[in-house]
Order: sequence, then structure tokens, then C-alpha cells
Amino acid sequence: MTSDRTPRILGAILVVLLAAGPFVPQWAIFLITIALAKGLVVLGLLILLRCGLVSFGQALYYCIGAYTAGMLGRLFEVDGVLTLMLAGMVVAAVTAYVLGFLLARYRGIFFGLLSLAVSMILYGLLVKSETLGSSDGFNVLPSTLFGIRPADEWVRYAVLVVASVVAFVAALLVHRYLKTPLGSLAPAIKDNEIRVEYMGASARYAIHVNYVIAAALAGLGGGLAATTVGHIDPEMAYWTTSGEFIFITILAGTGSVIAPFLGALIFGIIQTVAFDISPNTWQMVLGGALLAVIVFLPTGLWSLFRRRRAT
Amino acid sequence: MAAILDAKGLNKSFGAVTAASDINAAIEQDSVVGLIGTNGAGKTTFINMITGYLKPDRGRIHYEGRDITDLAPRDITRIGICRSFQIPQLYSSLTAYENMLMGLGVVMRNAGVGGFFSRGRPNVPGHGRPAEEVADAILERFGLVEYRDKNAQVLPGGVRKLLDIALTMAAKPKILLLDEPTSGVSAEEKFVIMEMIMKAVRAEGATVLFVEHDMEVVSRFAQRVLAFYDGRIIADGSPDTVLSDREVKRFVVGGELHRLDEKQGAANA
Repeated sequence: MTSDRTPRILGAILVVLLAAGPFVPQWAIFLITIALAKGLVVLGLLILLRCGLVSFGQALYYCIGAYTAGMLGRLFEVDGVLTLMLAGMVVAAVTAYVLGFLLARYRGIFFGLLSLAVSMILYGLLVKSETLGSSDGFNVLPSTLFGIRPADEWVRYAVLVVASVVAFVAALLVHRYLKTPLGSLAPAIKDNEIRVEYMGASARYAIHVNYVIAAALAGLGGGLAATTVGHIDPEMAYWTTSGEFIFITILAGTGSVIAPFLGALIFGIIQTVAFDISPNTWQMVLGGALLAVIVFLPTGLWSLFRRRRAT
Repeated sequence: MAAILDAKGLNKSFGAVTAASDINAAIEQDSVVGLIGTNGAGKTTFINMITGYLKPDRGRIHYEGRDITDLAPRDITRIGICRSFQIPQLYSSLTAYENMLMGLGVVMRNAGVGGFFSRGRPNVPGHGRPAEEVADAILERFGLVEYRDKNAQVLPGGVRKLLDIALTMAAKPKILLLDEPTSGVSAEEKFVIMEMIMKAVRAEGATVLFVEHDMEVVSRFAQRVLAFYDGRIIADGSPDTVLSDREVKRFVVGGELHRLDEKQGAANA
């Protein structure tokens, strides 16, 4: 049996992020923090994709997490960054628990389109609701860490610290979960549900649990994005946002819990550079990058880090 | 001996087709029962009803005195009735070894072992060893060691059959239903494979019901034979008695020949 190196690699990445943070320019800290937020969402998609399910509507929970964080600040003046993120996570998870009773019954394209439909309902509601700023959204209160608001030049770094620690813990927990009998059932569900049932397990139950976990992670990411950017709008629930998450999932691959964060970071870098070079056609560069990955690394960027398994 | 499984008055129809008509069968513990009959006679329907895939229109099924008629397949599996499939149901993207681990993982989860907070490598309930060791032991018992790290989708047909049955052993079944374990296997391999299956399965003390078309295999391995025809059981007894029964000879063993005779008779008339 090979020893499990993932926790150590995750720990090393965390240390590097925390140590290098103060010496990195502000824009790069922002880029990394957003990559961590999106990485959390993609981590959830990784779990679903291992079950053979593609959610075209994960932006629903990203948006729920963000709006929960934003509204807690707006209505109750809550500004603790961890409280806001956890609240976003809980609301997203509860929503997913309820919707899961419906969605866990569907597979393939039906699951994908149904999840897309639900996210677009939220988008439609948000665009029409004037109290929430309709299509403009609203600004999120500046947040604090354990009641302290760091000096302006340290704010970004403080958020990065929180984001890194949260992402580290989330990745570690998901990594552990994927090794439990329930978590490791994912490829079995993808391959053959009949056999799963005739082994004494419920595929629908496992999918429901995975769906809630994926939503919780997306809510967490949404809360983080809201506090980092300082502004939220209905675009967060729009289908292009969901598409972006799927884009990153395919780019990264599902080989490891580290892959989503790596994928999100590379996505952010390509996007920034492409936008810099050609502001009008940056999507083309992104598309080209994805095509290249699909052609040359069909199992995602992560396959670069893993020796191909002999079959 | 006490009956471990008792089916009473099972009926099942699909539209105008009657797949089971008043099926009564009490299966004794530790017995090996062969189910014979032509295609469409109701053998697989019988297995499907026992394992919860189909609900009978009428009739009840009792297992160890408990009514299991309305249980879901997974619940029936959990209490000790497992099955293999005519077309092997494997996790085709996983290796034979990983297939086994998957089955053992489910057993552990159902027993509440090896969850999120567990440490080390817990033993699989019923097997008394960690999953990795049990997986290898079962593969060895079924002669599958050389295929351990091969993906299930590239395995030859006979090996897939064996792996399908090996998977059921993860749950330590008390009753094992084998749907045509030797179909698609060459005539000379049939006995070898069946011998291996019986040895592996009987070592665990499981009661076995198997569907089989080869009467030589049936008479060699079954202690009791149920002959199906047109959704009914037309004969039930020792292999010798059943296989020499006039109706069985006419409708089951020589089914094809008989129909041919009838057609010729009709043409001559």
C-alpha cells in the first residue's frame, strides 16, 4: 500500500501560502483568494463528478452562500468573516438537503439540466427583487476577523489566511470522506447502480449526501467570495458562473482534492493574462486552453502529477 | 431441516404474460437447489421476486421466519440474500481487486464500521480481517489472483462471471442465488468453474439456488431440482426423480425437440 501523501502536500501548500502572503503583491493575493473560493465550489463538483453527475447549476449554492453573507451584514450587521462563511455554508447545505430529495432521483443530462433550472430560478428572483439591488446587487460590509479589523494594507492578507485555512480544512475533510465506505462508493455509483443496490447500499442516499456536501462547499466558497470582493450580484447564480465551475473541474481533473484549487488558480491566471493581452477576445484564449487540456490531458491537469495507472 | 426461505403462492404477470403462477417452494437451510426450465419459464422471475427486484402480484416470501416480500433489494441483501447476474454486473472501470473492496466497503458501512472518525484499518464484520486482506483472500478462493489488477471491462467472460459471484461473497450471504453461473462458458470449462464456485461458496456455508440449462451440471451439483414451465413449478425433488419425470422430459429437457414434433405433427395432419 502506498502511503497517503495528500495531507502532507496540503499542509506544505498552506505553509507556503501563509509564509509567502506578505511578500506577494495585493492583486496576486486577491487572485489566490478568489481561486481558493472557486476551488471550494469545484471541490464539491469533484465529488459529484466522481459519481458520474455533472451539476450545471452549482452557482446556485455559490450565490446562496454569497447572499447569505451579504444579507447577514446588511440586516444584522454581522461582520465576522468566519461566521459569514459558515452561515453561507449552512444555508446552502439546508437548501441542498431539501432539493436533494428531488435531484438525487435523476442522473445524466436530467440531473444537469434540473440543477441548471433551479439555479436560474434563483437568478430570476434576485434580478427582480429591488430590495436586494436587483441586477446591480449590493456591497458587502467590510468584514472582521475575531472582532478585529486589520489595517488596510493587511486586509487582503488576513482574508487570504482565513481562506487558506478554510480551504485546507475543507480539502482535508473531503479527502478523508472520499476514503470512507460511503465516500468511496462514488465510482461504483458511476459504473453500476444495480450492483450498488445488490451489495446492500442505496445509491440515491449516497448521491443525496454528496449533493449536500457539494452544496455546503459551494456555499462556503460563495461566502468567501462575497467577503473578498465586497460586492455581490445575481450574476453569481447565472449559468455562465456554473459553466465556469465546470470549466475548472474539467481543466483540473478529479484525481485529487488538491486539483480543484490548482485548476482554479490556473484558470484565474489564464483569465487575467488573457484579459490583459486581448480584452475583447479573452474568452477565446480560455477556450483554447480548455481544448488543449481536453486533447492532451483528457483526465485534467492533475494527470501531470500522477503516473498513469497500468491496466 | 428447517426451511430458511419459504415462498407461498407467488403470482406475477406482465400484461397478458404470466411469469409466475402459484409458485410454492420451501428451501431448506444448507441445501443446493437447481432451477431448470426453458427460456421464459419463470426461473429468473422467481429469483427477481426473492431478491426484491420484482414485487409479486400475490403471495408472500418469508426468510428465516420474516416476511421480506416488500423489502427493497438492498435491504434483502443486507439480511443475507445475495445474487449474481446472468450478465455480470461489475464496476467496469475498476480493477477486480477494487471491485472487491467496493463490496466490502458497503458491508462495513452497513455495520457502521470504518466511518469518518475511525482510525487504522478496521476489520470487515463477519470476516474478522481488514478489507484489503479479505479482498485478496476471496479473489484467491475464486482463482482470480492473476486478474487482481486488471480492469473488469477487459476481463474474459468466464472470469467476469466468477468475479460477479466473488463480489456476492463480500456480504457473507446465507442464501446465494446464481443466475446461470456457467452461461457463456465453454462446455469443458463448465464443470471446472462450477466446481470452484461450489467449493468457494459452500465453504461459507451458504444455501445455494442456481439457474442452469446444462442438465449434466444440474444432476452433478444440485441436491434438489425445481423444474419451471410456463410460470409454474411442474416438478420438485431429487435430480434423478425430476430429470426422469415425464412432464419435465417433455417440456424442459426435450423442450425444443418436443415443439419440433408438434409442428411436424400439425403439418402432417
